[in-house]
Amino acid sequence: MSDGNQGGSKLKVVGQRPVRPDGVDKVTGRAMFGADFHLPGMLTGRIKRSPHAHARIIRIDTSAAEALAGVKAVATGADFDTGAGGEVEAGEGATAVKEVAANCLAMGKALYQGHAVAAVAATSPEIAAEALDLIEVTYEVLPHVIDVEEAIAANAPVLHDDLFTTGVTPKPAKPSNVAVKTVMGRGDVPGAFAAADVTVEGHYSTAAVHQGYIEPHACVASFGADGQSVVWCSSQGQFLVRALCAKILNMPLSDIKVIPAEIGGGFGGKTTVYLEPVALALSRKCGRPVKIVMSREEVFLASGPTSGAVMDIKLAATEAGKITAAEMTLKYQAGAFPGSPVHLGCMTAFACYDVENLALTGYDVVSNRPKVAAYRAPGAPMAAFAVESAIDDLAKKLGMDPIDIRILNGVRDGMKTVYGATVRSCAFVEMLEQLKAHPHYQTPVAAGQARGVAAGFWFNIGGESSAAVHVDEDGGVTVVSSNPDIGGSRASMAMMAAEVLGLPIEKVRCTVADTTSIGFSGSTGGSRVTFATGMAVCQAAEKVVVDLKRRAAATWECDIANVEWRDGAAVCTDPAKDVKPLSMKALASKSAKTGGPIASEVSINAQGAAAGYGAHICDLQIDRETGRTTVVRYTAAQDVGRAIHPSYVEGQLQGGAAQGVGWALNEEYVYGPKGTLDNASFLDYRMPVASDLPMIDTILVETKPNPRHPFGAKGVGEVPIVPPLAAVANAVSQIVGKRMTSLPLSPARVLAAMEEK
Amino acid sequence: MSRVRISTIVNGEPVEFLGGGGQSLLDALRDELRLTGSKEGCGTGDCGACSVVVDGRLVCSCLMLAPEAEGKRIETIEGMQEGSELHPLQRQFLEHAALQCGFCTPGLLVASKALLDRNPDPSETEVRYWLAGNMCRCTGYDKVVRAVLDAAAELRQERPR
Amino acid sequence: MPRVQSISSRVRDFTGGLDAFDVEARTVRALIRELDARFPGLGELVEENMAIAIDGEIFQDALGASLGEASEIVLIPKISGG
Repeated sequence: MSDGNQGGSKLKVVGQRPVRPDGVDKVTGRAMFGADFHLPGMLTGRIKRSPHAHARIIRIDTSAAEALAGVKAVATGADFDTGAGGEVEAGEGATAVKEVAANCLAMGKALYQGHAVAAVAATSPEIAAEALDLIEVTYEVLPHVIDVEEAIAANAPVLHDDLFTTGVTPKPAKPSNVAVKTVMGRGDVPGAFAAADVTVEGHYSTAAVHQGYIEPHACVASFGADGQSVVWCSSQGQFLVRALCAKILNMPLSDIKVIPAEIGGGFGGKTTVYLEPVALALSRKCGRPVKIVMSREEVFLASGPTSGAVMDIKLAATEAGKITAAEMTLKYQAGAFPGSPVHLGCMTAFACYDVENLALTGYDVVSNRPKVAAYRAPGAPMAAFAVESAIDDLAKKLGMDPIDIRILNGVRDGMKTVYGATVRSCAFVEMLEQLKAHPHYQTPVAAGQARGVAAGFWFNIGGESSAAVHVDEDGGVTVVSSNPDIGGSRASMAMMAAEVLGLPIEKVRCTVADTTSIGFSGSTGGSRVTFATGMAVCQAAEKVVVDLKRRAAATWECDIANVEWRDGAAVCTDPAKDVKPLSMKALASKSAKTGGPIASEVSINAQGAAAGYGAHICDLQIDRETGRTTVVRYTAAQDVGRAIHPSYVEGQLQGGAAQGVGWALNEEYVYGPKGTLDNASFLDYRMPVASDLPMIDTILVETKPNPRHPFGAKGVGEVPIVPPLAAVANAVSQIVGKRMTSLPLSPARVLAAMEEK
Repeated sequence: MSRVRISTIVNGEPVEFLGGGGQSLLDALRDELRLTGSKEGCGTGDCGACSVVVDGRLVCSCLMLAPEAEGKRIETIEGMQEGSELHPLQRQFLEHAALQCGFCTPGLLVASKALLDRNPDPSETEVRYWLAGNMCRCTGYDKVVRAVLDAAAELRQERPR
Repeated sequence: MPRVQSISSRVRDFTGGLDAFDVEARTVRALIRELDARFPGLGELVEENMAIAIDGEIFQDALGASLGEASEIVLIPKISGG
């Protein structure tokens, strides 16, 4: 088992579609999400937010609020103590603790509308609201900047006096809004352009979009008089919440227990903290549990989103359609603090293609917007929008089929990526071939419609994970996972354990543990859980099998080498012994007499994650009177290695595609002249609803299982949001009759483009 | 805050509670009755996570004041299961994997049941438009719509017209 | 000699703009010591905050890995995700 993965045909549970272990709680309303906890004596916490896009905080007077009957605590940034600061691993990579803290409660400056400046805890929501009004904040309003190009300009208002662009030699003398300049590439780009048969170029932009999880951020924090605290919250990582709370409040990790609630969607946006340190600071001040739940408006104003981007791209190619060089500049909004995923945009932009000469330059740019958070394949969809649009232009110019040009240029095993990895276990080309053969692509485009195609890539990661497998006395099994289950991962954990143990899935349950009940784990993100935590589950289950075999051998007084584990029972292969197999149940019931409880916990740092590739086809039509685009048919293909639970894998493809369609067609942060957000509600921030979408067909390509995972799994969650932006835009551009370069392709924008034409 | 006594029938059982004058029915269900299956996703009637049925009519409980529930019959997700049996919609959602995070699921189920109570044989388009008030960010709606259509078929067989 | 390349701008701030250079090290631990000796602070940065691709395989945490005579080492930002 441990060397190489098992063949698909022998599998009994993996690849099936059982009901998830936590399913009934989710369909009956019993599942406890972040806002569902209630403790005796619990207070309501509320947060006062800046009305200004950019302002110096001169003074915060909390005295009147503190004097109000029912107010038990008031907190400001002064209540945080980040000590040495340092960094923690969050959704988009290393994040400075001081900046996370200053995002939770402002320090000195309010950097965007909605930036938290103070918080209260009171005995009722009404008193908390009244107390917020009584907090007097004196602001010196400063000039603001929202647009990324304007933020780069020489005369732009500077957000941080101590921000000097990294990656520029010599170090700049003056602070600016450009946090990082990233440069990567290879080969001779000018030479390749000089020798090119054909070139295409374009200037592209995408809007900031929110992850849009339906569950607003929520937590309850309870500080104990002995310094030991408990936090219940909805997050993608209980250990990450613990680390950030500890660092922001200068507490030992072991004094904070974080209990993961069910999580109502995250998509990367819950790989950081907004409320937990605030609730804990308030609870520390008054000794009572404090619950804080964001409103939807607060979610839009002060959490997420991901970067809007401005990109320039040039491609050089031969007459046959082989891309010989690419040059690309990417400017990503970071929001109020450095940390856009622009480096990931650069790394992923051409990861689907074998391009010999590459020059990529990225700029991480701060402006008076909420600090960006990770969003599903952070940085990749925007870059892919530009790349896949440019490739579409190239195909048109050369009269090539859009799938053929991608097959011609597609990466294959052994090729080198610009970021240093060698391509392996990659089914990109097979996937494109399957997509081309699919009935959708074989069906001619209907009159009045257009068809767009685009591809996408995501790294997928491994990393630190823990898992335990406990055998109950009656032979049932509990799997303890270390990762919040954001989309059905308990099902895949239970299935992998059942497969290794040879048990029916109904005998295996799975739970997600708090920070004190299982070893450390990285967050649920990077499409890593089924790969990395799944690997830990498999190893724990394998150890249990070894233990069970040992106990059977002892029972039979035979050599363990003569014991095999088959279909959930120990079988003796010693021909001299005439014994019946010992079932899991039989062995478990005797565990006290054969060495005690049967259990195993495994903690690993999983290496060998395999990258994921996707390609989508989108057919759509446009109402020429309103400019409204309707997607009429959609197919998503993906190289998934092996699907552990195919329904949930399909669900990732369908959900990612739907989010990408929203990104392409409707979603955007709209700012007014004062730098305030005009559309902080679901009514005005238009996410796709059921009537906006068709069925989304899926193709799970399983020709290249990942040999580094026991069952061949590759991460699947992030890839599917990468192709849709360009798949949609490529189709819209055909109908409009010109290249559509700015997202979203809202009715107004499409109508204007058609009228201009 | 002035509080008023409110008498209702929730999931078939008479219930009395003290609710605030400005409190939403959703907050009353969640905070006073601890029926936390109904969720707040937006508080503005846009997402449908708080869907309940009041006197046979599907409403966003975040948009209704608690005192307005006086004398009304309210059905929430907690009342959908019959005894220890899941409703066919609940079962079909599970079998189709029509949920990922599960946060919007109670609202989707309550809304879907309200649809099937009115229209036992909806088309795909009818399902999509009826559920347009229930946002789901995880699934892309494909499996949700299939689950509702299959539940409708199952219910039609159970209770022929 | 193993050759180190970087695609991280943070590395460039330590190396005075250098993106590629040879090293003597034969293990990642030795590489980190060597980086710290040549570019004070860089070893620590790489150990704490960066991933390393060695001959095409990305290691998020590679302290134990060994380097060959002609190994290609790429210093990359740690990859995370949503």
